[in-house]
Amino acid sequence: MNQATSALPHSAPLDQIDFSDPNLLRDDTWHRYFARLRDESPVHYQAESPFGPFWSITRFDDIVAVDSNFKDFSSEPAILIGDIPDDMPAEMFIAMDPPKHDVQRRAVQSVVAPRNLAEMEVLIRSRVCAILDGLPVGETFDWVSDVSINLTTQMLATLFDFPFEQRHKLTYWSDIAAGTEEMTGGDVSTEERMEGLKECLQTFTALWHERKANPRDSFDLITLLQRDPNTADMVDKPMEYLGNLMLLIVGGNDTTRNSATGGVLALNLFPEEYDKLRADHSLIPSMVSEIIRWQTPLAHMRRRATRDIEFGGQQIKKDDKVVMWYMSGNRDERAIASPDQFIIDRENPRHHISFGFGVHRCMGNRLAEMQLRILWEEIMQRFRFVEVVGEPVRVKSNFVKGYESLPVRVHPV
Amino acid sequence: MPRITLVEFNGTSHTIEAEVGKSLMLNAIDNSVPGIDADCGGACACGTCHVFVEPAWSEAAGESNPLEGAMLSMRPDQSDLSRLSCQIEVTDAMDGMVVRLPEYQM
Repeated sequence: MNQATSALPHSAPLDQIDFSDPNLLRDDTWHRYFARLRDESPVHYQAESPFGPFWSITRFDDIVAVDSNFKDFSSEPAILIGDIPDDMPAEMFIAMDPPKHDVQRRAVQSVVAPRNLAEMEVLIRSRVCAILDGLPVGETFDWVSDVSINLTTQMLATLFDFPFEQRHKLTYWSDIAAGTEEMTGGDVSTEERMEGLKECLQTFTALWHERKANPRDSFDLITLLQRDPNTADMVDKPMEYLGNLMLLIVGGNDTTRNSATGGVLALNLFPEEYDKLRADHSLIPSMVSEIIRWQTPLAHMRRRATRDIEFGGQQIKKDDKVVMWYMSGNRDERAIASPDQFIIDRENPRHHISFGFGVHRCMGNRLAEMQLRILWEEIMQRFRFVEVVGEPVRVKSNFVKGYESLPVRVHPV
Repeated sequence: MPRITLVEFNGTSHTIEAEVGKSLMLNAIDNSVPGIDADCGGACACGTCHVFVEPAWSEAAGESNPLEGAMLSMRPDQSDLSRLSCQIEVTDAMDGMVVRLPEYQM
């Protein structure tokens, strides 16, 4: 057993707790540790960790302040607590500061603007219906693989107009992109990640040229990159192309997948909320925001101080790592009433931190909300109860806050 | 109380009696004007209270600050008239002001 999980959450001195320990999320033991940070040391320095020294920011308002201040808290060179291996120096705008960030983001963000989403809604709904109609009623099955992964993989294939029969590759690349021990405490080897990303780049380079030769009237991400003068030659800058691909693949995968699972778990843990939902399906949009808050599918983002700066009464030094723990901010009772409760008709349900704030705020937020809204609209048409019948297995990571599996049974309306 | 008119993208117009000293965003929310999300609650950190201030009223509304400018630069539908309504503090000089709401917030 490692240090953090053996240290008693109520009494261990804070300087003996490793807040970067990926087992805190895997074992779902993080709540009490981070509540103590919020109460006792909201801007907290940890001198030693497998990822080097870092500051933990755990209160909602402090996270908003750091996230909004891109001048003092840079996103370069990386936004994970761990460092990125040098062997594949992918460049992505999530890890850039303005103005370069703005140019690259502007080029791709219109693909997920609500105007385009309306075009995609019919296709997304038909795919959701097909997945739900294929579920084995009366049997126990894994919601993660059969619904959440299946759904988000199909969504990604749709967004890239990626060969549908090869779509499982997108999920694989997403899983390895941020899954190594040195990046986030995961179990993917550096070699496997390297090989996978090479294949990802090769596949998408071929797809780029194929699409260039056969242009189509479509809103897929590759076509949009080719249309915008700022990114029209991105294929000639392979590390920039790869970086954007990884960002869009990971950004559209883990997040929605784990919210699609987290919603089922939350409704089972809070059955009176499930009753509210059964009585009034118009609560789905506000429930979707509450699911995204309660789950917080990405646990943290990291910044780097660009100068010595006093923050929250602490002296942060130039080049120190500053980690914003989003899942803690979303459970901060200073900003959110009864934050550990899942309440589907909460006042101001969108006032959560899961999408981040400031110039790096999640570009796909409306797409995520739309996918989850459609999923729940169609679930409620078919099943009066998606029953959790066993314990969830959670992901070992300090970044992805999600599920490996969740056994369920579905009960038709 | 200055009267401010907010026009939805579909043309529906809402004229509100605005409270001086409070942001235009909060005034709009308090008067149940649809089309402003304000996810961050007024911290200039989400960009979802985007409005277009009619040119005649740009001086009264004031200029955007650098952080606001950074947030606005990410809106696909940004124009010279773009402002974040959480950063516009209502004054008496805004009596009669017209702002237009975008097609969507994101």
